[in-house]
Amino acid sequence: MTHRVLVVTAGLTVPSSTRLLADQLAEATSAQVGARGESVEVEYVELREVAGELATFMTTGGIPTPRLTELRERVSAADGLIAVTPVFNASFSGLFKMFFDALDPDALTGTPVLVAATAGSARHSLVLDHAMRPLFAYLRAVVVPTGVFAATEDFGSHGLSDRITRAASELASLVLSQGDYGVGGFAPDLAARPRRTPGTQVESDVTPFGDLLRGHTGSDPR
Amino acid sequence: MQFGIFSVGDVTTDPTDGRTPSEAERIASMTQLALKAEEVGLDVFATGEHHNPPFVVSSPTTHLGYIAAKTENLILSTSTTLITTNDPVKIAEDYAFLQHLSGGRVDLMMGRGNTGPVYPWFGKDIRDGIKLAVENYHLLRKLWREPVVNWQGEFRTPLQGYTSTPAPLDGTPPFVWHGSIRSSEIAEQAAYYGDGFFHNHIFWNKEHTEAMVKLYRRRFEHYGHGAADQAYVGLGGQVFMASTEAEAKRTFRPYFDNAPVYGHGPSMEEFTKMTPLTVGTPEQVIERTLGFADYVGDYQRQLFLIDHAGLPTSLVMEQMEMLGTEVVPVLRKEFERRRPAHVPSDPPTHTSLVAAGPDAPHHLVEPARARAEELAQAQA
Repeated sequence: MTHRVLVVTAGLTVPSSTRLLADQLAEATSAQVGARGESVEVEYVELREVAGELATFMTTGGIPTPRLTELRERVSAADGLIAVTPVFNASFSGLFKMFFDALDPDALTGTPVLVAATAGSARHSLVLDHAMRPLFAYLRAVVVPTGVFAATEDFGSHGLSDRITRAASELASLVLSQGDYGVGGFAPDLAARPRRTPGTQVESDVTPFGDLLRGHTGSDPR
Repeated sequence: MQFGIFSVGDVTTDPTDGRTPSEAERIASMTQLALKAEEVGLDVFATGEHHNPPFVVSSPTTHLGYIAAKTENLILSTSTTLITTNDPVKIAEDYAFLQHLSGGRVDLMMGRGNTGPVYPWFGKDIRDGIKLAVENYHLLRKLWREPVVNWQGEFRTPLQGYTSTPAPLDGTPPFVWHGSIRSSEIAEQAAYYGDGFFHNHIFWNKEHTEAMVKLYRRRFEHYGHGAADQAYVGLGGQVFMASTEAEAKRTFRPYFDNAPVYGHGPSMEEFTKMTPLTVGTPEQVIERTLGFADYVGDYQRQLFLIDHAGLPTSLVMEQMEMLGTEVVPVLRKEFERRRPAHVPSDPPTHTSLVAAGPDAPHHLVEPARARAEELAQAQA
């Protein structure tokens, strides 16, 4: 079975150091999945390409636009996510945040996420922990223990590739364990399975009205 | 088929001259709009309800009562009545009273509202939105259908031996629509009671509107009210017209670009592609509007948004003239041409509901109850 990992990058220039880091993380993840005898398909999302659609989405109260809708569906179908942002004024970039603001709150529930960031200097490295982890914690994603921060000077150091390998290894393990909710017969509680939805479709399995009305007919025992 | 207009009642600065109408002017212009609707041969005027600036529409039945006195045939409706924060007891009384004043020219559209703080201002919690809509509407149905109501629910103080007065005109409660943009629960609610479903439509892409209407139609049939294509569907629409497309675009663009809901975002051309907005000639409006039935099916009510974004009354009246003389007559003919015989043209009106008699399902609090129980048993 092929697993799908989506790389979301918020770099603004071409080429960008954010994309450079994203490429290395993706390659390392592929290698780590391969080393476990499985295969992974990596897809890239350059947020710059939907910057205009994100602005439309925000200013219209959420009117879906074609590319953004497709992206939101791809995010919720992925087995794992690599999220990479440049640091702007001490946090993730506005473009990066706009994309995650456009997701359904259940879009990433239970999904393994590797967080990474680039900046001009190492002084911004805590952005991983003070900005990115809380964002994905709110979205109930599972952030791998190792985050990868790359200041410009790190692109000439050994430490970076070690951290990339470690983070990719952690992500690979989690991606491959997706779908394990107990052995049949031992943990039959499917309700505990995280609910995940892109929120782009009208739900067709509506709650029957009798259930919605229960306790609200005015004559129910209270 | 019914055609009409719906207004949100916003006070918005005209971006072309910086002038902001007073509340008095805005209310007067809405009244003028409603009277014009009857004059040019439209069927429905629906007012919004809001309880915060920049809106003036806090007291719909006061306004509709005044309009009722000045009109003969116009159906007075709402877009929407806040079923969440209003007391259903007061809704039952106010709109029954309006029925008596207007000779039954009343229906309502239930909605949950969209301004967070309105809930706490009226002692409610926005997180209970769906539950409030469910419980309050159920109580409203009882108040209009049972002579004496005993009630204990979650949200309002209990009622013992309560009789809502005046009773609905001719013992016949008004027809009700449920408006919802995104919530499948509300489409389900409309389907359960056999009520109408209205989709705002104008801020959404057609695929979404289509999916919501399909859901409602499927569940309407499920609950045994008729075939899916016989369910009562209403849609919003948004147009601006001139004799040429270029002129329409030139005149409307500053209003579009500064509109409170979508201004400063997508271009007018992008928004036209994404949503049902049509800025062009009456012929273009006709063509686009007829196309709505291709994705929601043959439907019963079309309401247009005409008076918003700071458009001055004079321009709005011109739009009404074109709508009444050039657009709607063609739409009436063309929509009927494509409609199969078994699909109703009009939604229920007071006249048709009275004619159906006191034993019609409309008079039951839960017309689908037996059917729903049957279905639940069959499943078990």
